[in-house]
Amino acid sequence: MEGPTSTGIPNRKLAMWTFIGSECMLFGTLIATYMIYRGRNLVPPYPHDLLNIPFITVTTFVLLMSSLMMVLALAAVQRNDLRATKLWLGLTALFGLIFLGGQYYEFSHFVHEGLPLSRNLFSSTFFVLTGTHGAHVAGGVIWLGTLLVRTVNGKLDARHAETVEIAGLYWHFVDVVWIILFTLIYLLV
Amino acid sequence: MAMTDAHPTGIRSWLTTVDHKRIAIMYFVVGFAFLLVAGFEGQLIRLQLAAPGRDFLDPDLYNQLFTMHGTTMVFFAGMPLVVAFFNFVVPLQIGARDVAFPRLNAFSFWVFLFGGLFLYASIPLRAMPDGGWFAYMPLTNPEYSPGPGIDFYVLSLLISGVGSIAGGLNFLVTILNMRAPGMTFMRMPLFTWMALIVSALILLAFPPFTVGLIFMLFDRSFGTHFFDAAAGADPVLWQHLFWVFGHPEVYILILPAFGIVSDVIPTYSRKILFGYPVVVFSGVLIAFLGFGVWVHHMFSVGLGPVVNAVFGGATMLIAIPTGIKIFNWIATMWGGRLRFRTAMLYAVGLVATFTIGGLSGVMHSSPPADLQQTDTYFVVAHFHYVLIGGTVFGLFCGFYYWFPKATGRMLHEGLGKAHFWLTFIALNVTFFPMHFSGLLGMPRRTYTYAEGLGLDIFNLISTIGAFVFTLSFVPLVWNLWRTWRRGEAAGHNPWDASTLEWTTASPPPHYNFAEIPTVDRRDPLLHPYIEPESRGEGDEPGGAVPRRQPDEPPEPVVMPNPSYWPLVLAAGMLLMTIGALGSLGLTLFGLFVTAVGLFAWAFEPPFGEEAH
Repeated sequence: MEGPTSTGIPNRKLAMWTFIGSECMLFGTLIATYMIYRGRNLVPPYPHDLLNIPFITVTTFVLLMSSLMMVLALAAVQRNDLRATKLWLGLTALFGLIFLGGQYYEFSHFVHEGLPLSRNLFSSTFFVLTGTHGAHVAGGVIWLGTLLVRTVNGKLDARHAETVEIAGLYWHFVDVVWIILFTLIYLLV
Repeated sequence: MAMTDAHPTGIRSWLTTVDHKRIAIMYFVVGFAFLLVAGFEGQLIRLQLAAPGRDFLDPDLYNQLFTMHGTTMVFFAGMPLVVAFFNFVVPLQIGARDVAFPRLNAFSFWVFLFGGLFLYASIPLRAMPDGGWFAYMPLTNPEYSPGPGIDFYVLSLLISGVGSIAGGLNFLVTILNMRAPGMTFMRMPLFTWMALIVSALILLAFPPFTVGLIFMLFDRSFGTHFFDAAAGADPVLWQHLFWVFGHPEVYILILPAFGIVSDVIPTYSRKILFGYPVVVFSGVLIAFLGFGVWVHHMFSVGLGPVVNAVFGGATMLIAIPTGIKIFNWIATMWGGRLRFRTAMLYAVGLVATFTIGGLSGVMHSSPPADLQQTDTYFVVAHFHYVLIGGTVFGLFCGFYYWFPKATGRMLHEGLGKAHFWLTFIALNVTFFPMHFSGLLGMPRRTYTYAEGLGLDIFNLISTIGAFVFTLSFVPLVWNLWRTWRRGEAAGHNPWDASTLEWTTASPPPHYNFAEIPTVDRRDPLLHPYIEPESRGEGDEPGGAVPRRQPDEPPEPVVMPNPSYWPLVLAAGMLLMTIGALGSLGLTLFGLFVTAVGLFAWAFEPPFGEEAH
């Protein structure tokens, strides 16, 4: 069944690109909602009371570096260098985990400072938008972790480079979304 | 588990099937059942409105019934019936052995089914949603809709929406990637073209709705303020999110019907489709414009004259590509050797009734006219003309056209024609008077009306028409029963049609094509310059495609394995959905089942041993 395709692009890769197109509409709607409601919050605390730009800049940098690790992991698996594949896949997932840890710290800090999810319009839009992104990162970390375990067990090598590439497409997309969120939520506060 | 038996039967084979033709049958049966249920709900509404001041239904139950009628018709009857045709026809029309992702296809069906059953679980719990199929905020916030009714609406549409997006993804990749050699884009049959466009619409239109449903869920369950004016939010955001999905949804339902008719009319006119590229690109244009007209559902909100004028103008533009299609169908019939079989009657019926619905649509594309007509029965008349006269007629047209291919049996023509004329009469008797009751000012979604407003006679006629609708199912069911008992064999190509699905046996073997055909032109079985009758026996029309597939595949065919995991994954999501009504434990258990299903699916070998 898995023969040559009409476009020359493998089915699974085309499916991932298509899925990313659909995800653009998902995040586009969430981002549009956040931007429409920006500055309309009536109940304190307000974004500039809480958002910690230096801290998030560090976790943003870590997430961006994870994309570099992902590129190196793909290059390694393509030349069948499984030791390097394990290293870079592991680092990609680890950097993703560090980002999630930062988000967990940020969320709990906000709740501690008097901004639970149901507090006001800012809490509603902020937590649902960044939380949806965080859920995507978490899904990516589980996916990368699975690929790492498969590599360690000797079930993943250069023949499965396409699988790593597709996971990479997803991972880079989630990173790009974060760059937009970082700009719109934090830099433009 | 390998598919060694070519024709496995029994309940287990249906639960684990990944065959697009079987999934199509399941979609059709379930979608048709929901059509009957929602039709029954509409019948109850008409009984209540038969005369002024009746108390057959109390206002509360009336609200629940029109909400369930609309929600079911759009999401659990219209969509699955459309997807049933995608499933059965598209792989056959493009010369493929299955869709790109057969297990994902099964998963789409199961979550759709579970979403529908979950919505109807609200009936025994006496908590049907009552906020209309559009569920406007703030009516649907916890303050004004305190019971679990709206939660059933939100959660059932969230879970079935996942299946719709997965289906859109699957068919987009299938059509882009699985075409037989030589099947270029401009050689694809029109139904496949419309399936491609609709798949893209599903992928782009459902995410905003999903986000809106998540906002509503969070507002209702976790106290967020997405639609809370007191917190600085704007409840109109829900209307935008709903209609930026809701209007493309209309084209998701109508474009497949246009595709069916564009394949059927040339077949029964013995001509090729007039202006093929124009029909294709007008479909693309309708889909594109469909994303820029959603505010015409919101003219009375008061967004301002500039906004209303722009969206009114964009709406009028859609009449152009739609009109182009109608003229192309008429030009195809012009001078053709017409055969009025049942499918052709439905196709011509669509051209007539959809035009009526389209014209009333152009009327309320003008904001000043719409302000008079909005929320009246005039709008009800309009969208029932396009949804029944367009979508339902198109689906019945496809049903009569492809039934012999799917079952290998011919339906009875006389009963089919009786079915057509009854539905045609019922549609016009039920909904034409609503133009008048609507222009007289009768409001929608109101459980009764007063005497002496001049509405009585129009409503009585509408209710009589609704009974004719119910009656129209009698010849259909009789026809199915008769065909099941003693329908004559169909053969490969009973209509002398020109597309690839008619080269293979009826019903097709599970591998569809013994040999994958090579396509060298648009209508592979019909040379445009040779009339089918003037061809001698066994005369090849000169193309590379054989008119009949060989009975046995010359080489072994490897088909995908049946799998339990799509069902398990969908069941896990159903458990999470039920848990979301108030049980964290059940949600976590559902998450666990979902994870098990996902990993087991990922590590299961998708392809099995040879089928032959």
